[in-house]
Amino acid sequence: MGVVEVAGLVVERGGRTVLHGISARIAAGSVTGLLGPSGSGKTTLMRAVVGVQKIRAGTVTVCGSPAGSAPLRRRVGYVTQAPSVYADLSVRENARYFAALVGRDAAAADAAVADVGLAAAAGQVVGSLSGGQRSRASLACALVGAPELLVLDEPTVGQDPVLREDLWQRFHALAAAGTTVLVSSHVMDEAGRCDRLLLVREGRLVADDTPAGIRASAGTDDLDRAFLRLIRRDGAGAA
Amino acid sequence: MSARILGATIGRILRQLRHDRRTVGLVVAVPTLLLTLLYFMFEGAPSTFDRVALVMLGVFPFIMMFLVTSIAMLRERTTGTLERLLTTPLGRLDLLFGYGVAFGLAAAVQAAVAAGAAYWLFGLDTAGSPALVVLIAVLNAVLGVGLGLLCSAFARTEFQAVQFMPVVALPQLLLCGLFVPREQMAGWLQAVSDALPLSYAVEALALVGRQATPTGDTWRDIAVVAGAVVLTLVLAAATLRRRTD
Repeated sequence: MGVVEVAGLVVERGGRTVLHGISARIAAGSVTGLLGPSGSGKTTLMRAVVGVQKIRAGTVTVCGSPAGSAPLRRRVGYVTQAPSVYADLSVRENARYFAALVGRDAAAADAAVADVGLAAAAGQVVGSLSGGQRSRASLACALVGAPELLVLDEPTVGQDPVLREDLWQRFHALAAAGTTVLVSSHVMDEAGRCDRLLLVREGRLVADDTPAGIRASAGTDDLDRAFLRLIRRDGAGAA
Repeated sequence: MSARILGATIGRILRQLRHDRRTVGLVVAVPTLLLTLLYFMFEGAPSTFDRVALVMLGVFPFIMMFLVTSIAMLRERTTGTLERLLTTPLGRLDLLFGYGVAFGLAAAVQAAVAAGAAYWLFGLDTAGSPALVVLIAVLNAVLGVGLGLLCSAFARTEFQAVQFMPVVALPQLLLCGLFVPREQMAGWLQAVSDALPLSYAVEALALVGRQATPTGDTWRDIAVVAGAVVLTLVLAAATLRRRTD
């Protein structure tokens, strides 16, 4: 039984089918990477997992409950691609508000701010931060609830290499402590750091395997090239 | 609804307001500045000033809080914070009542300052209690908050949101009985006026101006405005969808 169970998920947006019957399972305590070209449906799939996406058909189950249902709202943390924090509040005030919503105290909020490396900027208004700092502020607001499932949409965009390294170590530390992490990226060199990869192309699941498995089935050690091969193979099959 | 989440949300909205000193300054000072203008306009006609200033004490908070709220809520929608909030244990009413209470508190400060200036600086004379005037002003502000929350659902940009002000606020102001007494209006205009909540607020203020103690009519008018507040908040709740396209 996976923490996330997606079965036959079909999503239409603006009269266009964005996800064509996706089925996948995400195991507890793992870091799963959701990869694919931009516009392939990664964000839509993540929105379905957190239960804010209208779906046409299929089911999404999280921790045994339908995605988005009330009991899940303190067990799932979601970080959108554009940092969804209040630009006119300080980092600390943002973290403390989101902490209060899930019943955590100010100390937990301050710890989450420190965890994403923003302790020195905690008193700064989010609107005055750099893009990378803003997205870490947004991440802190999700970490503060110590969620069982953490859904992160492109969290490493705009981060320097040192911070990216820190963030990935943090995702693995969280997974080792039992948190299930679903993280999207279009940077292939990050794919190798995941326990498992879901490769999406034009709303269809092209691969669902470990990085090693994907390398083996594509016949190359380079994940970047492996993805290109799998996508071309899939494109040829579809055509 | 949860008291803890509602309290946190009220605190968060007030903190946002506190970071925006210029808005705070405008909210507090503008009604008083406009009253100053009225005072000099009607310098030779104190009874006209009494009538107009009393109505304006109720109208200014309504318009200002409508604008502030529709922009604030539109920002929640466009920056993704609304979608994020709806993935947390926060309920829709926690958010809407959070705005109602937070901006209602701001409106109370605004109304107290404006009423203070009207009574002490400009010699506003009412038969009834100034406290009742402030109460009606705050209720009007919360009505503006409710309508602002509702209208923000129909705007995609801040440009569109501010255009709702003339659509929602000005007809109510024109038909509330300030410019033409309601009983002199054509029947159909009167019917429209009867359907607009601001008409009741203005009538209640006029009654406070004339009567030393509030009568059943005053309380009925206040109840109608309060009912309209609840109705707008419920309608606004219906526009907040957890799942979107």
